[in-house]
Amino acid sequence: MAISMKDVEKVARLARLALTEEEKENFRAQLSHILDYMEKLQKVDTSSLEATAHPFITKTGWREDQVFPWGETEKILKNSPEKEETFFKVKRVLE
Amino acid sequence: MELNFFSASEIVKKIKEKKVSCVEVTRAFLERSKKLNPLIHSFLFLNEEKALEQAGNLDKKIAKNGSLGKLAGVPIAIKDNICVQDLQLTCSSKILQNFVSPYDATVIKRLLKEDAILLGKTNLDEFAMGSSTENSAFMTTKNPWDLNRVPGGSSGGSASAVSSRMAPIALGSDTGGSIRQPASFCGVLGLKPTYGRVPRFGLVAFASSLDQIGPFAVTAEDCALLLEVISGYDSLDSTCSEIAVPEYVNQIKQPLSHLRIGIPKEYFVDGLDQEVREKVIQAVKVFESMGIKVEEVSLPHTEYAVSVYYILAPSEASANLARYDGVRYGHRSKSAHSLLEMYEKSRDEGFGPEVKRRIMLGTYALSSGYYDAYYAKAQKVRTLIRQDFEKVFEKVDALVTPTSPTPPFCFGEKISDPLQMYLSDIFTISCNLAGLPGISIPCGFSNKGLPIGLQILGKPYDETTLLQMTYQYQMSTSWHKEIPDLAE
Repeated sequence: MAISMKDVEKVARLARLALTEEEKENFRAQLSHILDYMEKLQKVDTSSLEATAHPFITKTGWREDQVFPWGETEKILKNSPEKEETFFKVKRVLE
Repeated sequence: MELNFFSASEIVKKIKEKKVSCVEVTRAFLERSKKLNPLIHSFLFLNEEKALEQAGNLDKKIAKNGSLGKLAGVPIAIKDNICVQDLQLTCSSKILQNFVSPYDATVIKRLLKEDAILLGKTNLDEFAMGSSTENSAFMTTKNPWDLNRVPGGSSGGSASAVSSRMAPIALGSDTGGSIRQPASFCGVLGLKPTYGRVPRFGLVAFASSLDQIGPFAVTAEDCALLLEVISGYDSLDSTCSEIAVPEYVNQIKQPLSHLRIGIPKEYFVDGLDQEVREKVIQAVKVFESMGIKVEEVSLPHTEYAVSVYYILAPSEASANLARYDGVRYGHRSKSAHSLLEMYEKSRDEGFGPEVKRRIMLGTYALSSGYYDAYYAKAQKVRTLIRQDFEKVFEKVDALVTPTSPTPPFCFGEKISDPLQMYLSDIFTISCNLAGLPGISIPCGFSNKGLPIGLQILGKPYDETTLLQMTYQYQMSTSWHKEIPDLAE
């Protein structure tokens, strides 16, 4: 299935990727090629099938929702590109 | 014999008998890595100082006759998408270039509890997306059997490190074959456990309904030992099973004549390399000679596996990788003027081409208007693939297939055509879609001297049968004893 440049731009915006013009053209061609190959799925009759989201119907593991001190605040903040006191800092959110 | 050629189990024995010290062992593997890594590029980072410190502390404990763990003094290589506290964690991506993990993954805690020595972090395709390790942002890992060829991927660093004996054992992760295919290409054992067998807390998420951590080793016994250490319930991973972990090592030598194995005809089709076919058929005959019954079986929906996988894995990845937004960690663009621009530019600058391609593909498959045709459809066809396996496992105990349709390919051969690269995973991905355990075992060499691997797929939580078959196969053959020339 051929996808359009408009589709690529819409998806890039949804995915929060500022693609270059060259990247957009590459992905348009490559994704079209890959989706063509995947067309074969459409011929499978799946009308009576349940979806598989996880390989096994296992029970979800539960544990008590207990608060415990993490104790690594310094190490976590050290990885941040910009911080102030104990906060991550970003550009203005509200204009 | 040099220490580097001992198995992990032999190293533990020698250390416990005080025939060798932990520092001697660690130093031997570090020295070898410093010599061979500049040629092969398995390691992104050698943990030299801390590894020696850890080994020194263990020697002190031994001197005081303290109790020792199951992996006492064994150096291990760790794929760089698994968190080790205070060590770099890059996922071979520029977006995490300067990230230092604030905590240990559960598997790392378990290794340390059993006194393993963390040797270093190994190269991978960026965020484990790829089949050749060519997608690493930092270096190109070479195949130790032929430096012009890829080691496979995404765990190419871990596989090549064990193959060249820079480490006796290693950890990798497998979402669609990322342990088994590089194990096949590098001539070592690689096992993907059942979905839910090994906790994933501290493994950087790629596709959460498929990802598993698993061992690389040379011998079946080492593979069993490492699996035994890392398996079992963890309250920090809600998908991790409470099913008890068998004593894999103790059960490994049991005879197998009661077994029935299936040969799925869909795995022996056009496109399968002739030499690979021959070697796998020869291996089947070895199993037959042990009294194992062999029969042809069918997994009729195999042809859809690549399509299903390359919709579901990128979809899950597009959600999992949304966290790399330049806010709390990782690369932040310097040229952005607004918050939105900061997200978009940081991600475009930080991610490599394959990761962006998969995020685009996954976002497309999940987007309004296409969700039913792609994502929902793929989930339903996944049910058919799972049911294929359920049906054959009513008749047989395990399946034997090739791991990869070809021996290792050359650099650049597939990287420019993403679909060709995706199709190279054709024999490994169904296992992840169905959540089954799978192992790749060296079963011979091509005329050019390149390793060939066979794959055994088992019933859910039946890693024991896979390891027993591997053990018996290794007792009857000597492929696993071959070592690449440059590593001798």
